[in-house]
Amino acid sequence: MLLERALMLKNIRAFFHERNVIEVETPLLSHYSTTDLHLDSLQSRFRDQTCYLNTSPEYAMKRLLACWQKPIYQICKAFRDDELGPTHNPEFTMLEWYQPGYDMLQLMDELAALIEHLCHGSKLSPLDTSLLASPRFERLSYQQAFERFSGINPHQTTSGECYQVAKVNQVEIPQGLGLGEDEVNDWLDWLLTQLIFPAFKKDCFTFMYDYPATQCALAKVSENEQHILVAKRFELFFGEMELANGFHELTDGVEQLQRFQQENQRRELAGKQAGRIDENLIAALSHGLPDCSGVAVGLDRLLMALTGNVAIDRVLSFSWENA
Amino acid sequence: MATYSTNQFKNGLKIILDGDPCSITENVVVKPGKGQAFNRVKARNLKTGRVLERTFKTTESVEGADVDEMAVEFLYSDGEYWHFMDSSNFEQYAADAVAVGEAAKWIKGQEICSMVLWDGTPLSISPPNFVELTVTQTDPGLKGDTAQGGTKPATLETGADVKVPLFIEMGDILKIDTRNGEYVSRA
Repeated sequence: MLLERALMLKNIRAFFHERNVIEVETPLLSHYSTTDLHLDSLQSRFRDQTCYLNTSPEYAMKRLLACWQKPIYQICKAFRDDELGPTHNPEFTMLEWYQPGYDMLQLMDELAALIEHLCHGSKLSPLDTSLLASPRFERLSYQQAFERFSGINPHQTTSGECYQVAKVNQVEIPQGLGLGEDEVNDWLDWLLTQLIFPAFKKDCFTFMYDYPATQCALAKVSENEQHILVAKRFELFFGEMELANGFHELTDGVEQLQRFQQENQRRELAGKQAGRIDENLIAALSHGLPDCSGVAVGLDRLLMALTGNVAIDRVLSFSWENA
Repeated sequence: MATYSTNQFKNGLKIILDGDPCSITENVVVKPGKGQAFNRVKARNLKTGRVLERTFKTTESVEGADVDEMAVEFLYSDGEYWHFMDSSNFEQYAADAVAVGEAAKWIKGQEICSMVLWDGTPLSISPPNFVELTVTQTDPGLKGDTAQGGTKPATLETGADVKVPLFIEMGDILKIDTRNGEYVSRA
């Protein structure tokens, strides 16, 4: 398995070398933490200063992009508190890259090309060898996925409607998931994990894109064909396992700062500590981030997909239990 | 009573579910990458032994169960209650038939048992893994049919029925594995 990992890393580097994307390194340890409502940074300490392990190298890479304006990639460790399970390890390996001038669809195509490159370059003969010979890709918008697999329009639904869908489909209703209007996103997330992801084709890579504008994070927001505001954000799945999250990146520093502040308010409402907003990132955006798209890929999970493993600890040298 | 947030969930944590004390046996985070997290928990009901599954929105909190596990010495049974003592402070506990359950078949007095206590009330009693008990009733084995093959029923001084080899006689003291109720050897 470690050999297969080494081969995957080698193939990734060859792929980007050929496309003139430059490998970079940025700090794993930062003065700033994430403001994302659903992520928590691990804390560390340097002398008497609190510092944070990165949840992804996104902020630092965008600062590089702002001054460099060139395509870059990084393979590094990322850390997230309270994430442990069959597909989660608190420390994991991430591949992240940025392409100036690309929109979301172009970057999705490049990610698909990388996956094909890795499938062909794999020496393993897993159970399903046809996967490696010719990986299959599906593309669905967030709305299409919900309409197809749950019958609701996610951009216009209510908590009440989600509750009914859960009932009809015999999905367990989690304790603490209420019917307040602000809980629609939590309901959508729950239905995603219970109804939508499991309906994705097995042994197939599925792209889902155009997320609800309220789940934009660091993505641009624009109108889709039906004039609904959507986030230019995509994710990639293998079967029902998430592999990657990408954005057509928001380049507006003022708006990004507002979003960070809003996220912090939501964190405080949820009883969490507010994140320390990365002022350097805001300064870099204000200086001028090129129009670009970027994506983060969980390499441990990708290796699971390539080797037919269903538990993350099978593809790690030492998982959290033994770290 | 303490409450626990989902990020404090771990195996062995005792919480109240449906009004009963339960012990968490599995805790898995279910979470779309950038979305709301949920904790899917398996827990064993400490009263009934049944395993139940429950999902919580992460950051929910759950009432903790004041459950202790302690070693106690069995003193005697008065027919309705079985009386145990914590030898460290001589505190006595009375357990009813439901709490004692199967353990009643294996204890006669002075055994050190494991007791689960919920809000000060005995919830369950586990006997020692091995006990030594005297045979009070068994048919004589046939001559020549000694060491190997065949078993016969025997009744022990506590009233428990076990299968024993044919050479066992009334008055013998036997070592019994209480986990499966099987004869191990002569003591």
